[in-house]
Amino acid sequence: MRRRSTFLVTMLCFGFAFFYVPILSMMVYSFNGSRLATVWGGFSTKWYVSLLSNRQILNAALLSLKIALLSATMATILGTMAGIALARFKRFRGRTLFSGLVTAPLVMPEVITGIASLMLFILMAEWIGWPASRGFTTVTLAHITFSMVFVTTIVHSRLSEADAAVEEAAMDLGSRPWQVMKDITLPIISPAIVSGWLLAFTISLDDVVITNFTTGPGTTTLPILIWSKVKLGVTPDINALATITVCIVGTGVAIAGVILNRAEKRRDRDARMAYQANQ
Amino acid sequence: MAGAHTDTSLQRWFNRKGWINVTIAAPYVWLVLFFLLPFVIVIAMSFATRTPTAPPFSFGGEHPVLNTAHYARLFQDDLYIRAYLTSIANAGLATLLCLLIGYPMALGLTRVSPAWRNILLMLVILPFWTSFLLRVYAWIGLMGTNSWFNKLLTASWNWLVPTDWALRSIPMMNTNFAVVLVMVYSYLPFMILPLYANLEKLDRTLDEASMDLGSRPFRVFLDITLPLSVPGIIAGGLLVFIPASGELIIPSLVGNAGQPMIGRVISDEFASARDWPMASAVSVALLMLLVVPIMLYTHFEGKSHEKRKEGA
Repeated sequence: MRRRSTFLVTMLCFGFAFFYVPILSMMVYSFNGSRLATVWGGFSTKWYVSLLSNRQILNAALLSLKIALLSATMATILGTMAGIALARFKRFRGRTLFSGLVTAPLVMPEVITGIASLMLFILMAEWIGWPASRGFTTVTLAHITFSMVFVTTIVHSRLSEADAAVEEAAMDLGSRPWQVMKDITLPIISPAIVSGWLLAFTISLDDVVITNFTTGPGTTTLPILIWSKVKLGVTPDINALATITVCIVGTGVAIAGVILNRAEKRRDRDARMAYQANQ
Repeated sequence: MAGAHTDTSLQRWFNRKGWINVTIAAPYVWLVLFFLLPFVIVIAMSFATRTPTAPPFSFGGEHPVLNTAHYARLFQDDLYIRAYLTSIANAGLATLLCLLIGYPMALGLTRVSPAWRNILLMLVILPFWTSFLLRVYAWIGLMGTNSWFNKLLTASWNWLVPTDWALRSIPMMNTNFAVVLVMVYSYLPFMILPLYANLEKLDRTLDEASMDLGSRPFRVFLDITLPLSVPGIIAGGLLVFIPASGELIIPSLVGNAGQPMIGRVISDEFASARDWPMASAVSVALLMLLVVPIMLYTHFEGKSHEKRKEGA
């Protein structure tokens, strides 16, 4: 037992070093005074100054944020509906096709989704004249489509775990469908809806490939801008951008972790008290 | 509380069971319009003929209605076959390495104390929440010939091997090695998380029983833990292999342009050559070769799993 656990601990250390050494290296070099991104030229914060005064980057970040907010919200509404439909309506016409449609985007290579969506948008413009050009609208439509299925997966699995008998009992006792939905189903899936929205938001904010195909001139999201800069080589202000991103995300994840931890402890305590009260 | 007496007209409308139809129809129509229809277009497009018009294709007229020339070209021009093979080799190697690194990490995560486990799981997920591009970018910085990482590796290499094998730097950028390395880095969480979810559910008393009966730890692993974790291995493997085989960003940033992967070929045919029919044919072939078999496999595997559960 002893020897294997040493091996596992070693692998854990190696794995986490593998995860974090590149990120830490990038963070250190964001304070590099030299323009040559790989040679240390003393401590400096000038890349942060140049980043924060770069209108192009700020505009791209703002655009990405707008698209992510809009598409995550739409994707959550549609994806939650699909998750409820799959988990609670066992029989409707075309259910097999529907369940195929919500899993296929998960395994579809992004390049193919990208060119397929672009061809659709171009042909739609030819046939019905909408969307007239590619840009904000087409990117948002594409993001909604491929992020809603992630929401569906989360909501579906949460609702499959929950017992439908509670909802059926409420129906039998005379509740209306809308009341059942509002008072039972939605509270059950609300954590799934929140994590679905967060996932859809991140996916949209991070997407390069599908955005690259569906965007048009003048609509440059942050990942597209970074991609075009990185293609030309290493630029130090990207290090600064990466450091800021990691700090924001790290803080967010840490706060979420503390909240979840507290909730778990409270649940444990309540369960213990309920158990003792029943003794 | 909104009781029966204060129902708004919207709620009354929902109560007449119309909401069930809306709940199904809204996402259904959306996915048919923005996901299924584009794929029907891709399949149709693969039989079209490229023309210098805008949009650059045509059906019928002076061209054959069903033009199969693009599928024939897939076999005639060895560019395509080589790209498929490169993709499968790179994605397969990345999946294998993810498994070799991710399995012990996932197993290790099930053995640490709960407090540590939550922190470490957060640390596995954290890179996933930061930008994918920035993670690729981090490796571009590390792999360059002047970086501290490359110098460290070069120094270790030169110390290890005879002097006439010594190198001035290790060429890492723009190689298949770089593509596999960055893919392993980017997709490792997708391997660890399903494996961890699977290993965490395993019944530890089986290990203990086997240990009490005199098995050595490694035998226990081979005979009990490994076979029981096969579903986790398959789930993690698919989550790594499928996106890796169609990967576009990583090969275009750190890969060898002379040995393109299939995602790059599709993108170039479409954007640079403006050959929509050919790009569509390559896409359909990729789906038929990789994605459809995998989806069918998981579908039937899931079915037989359900049957086994019902039988038990």
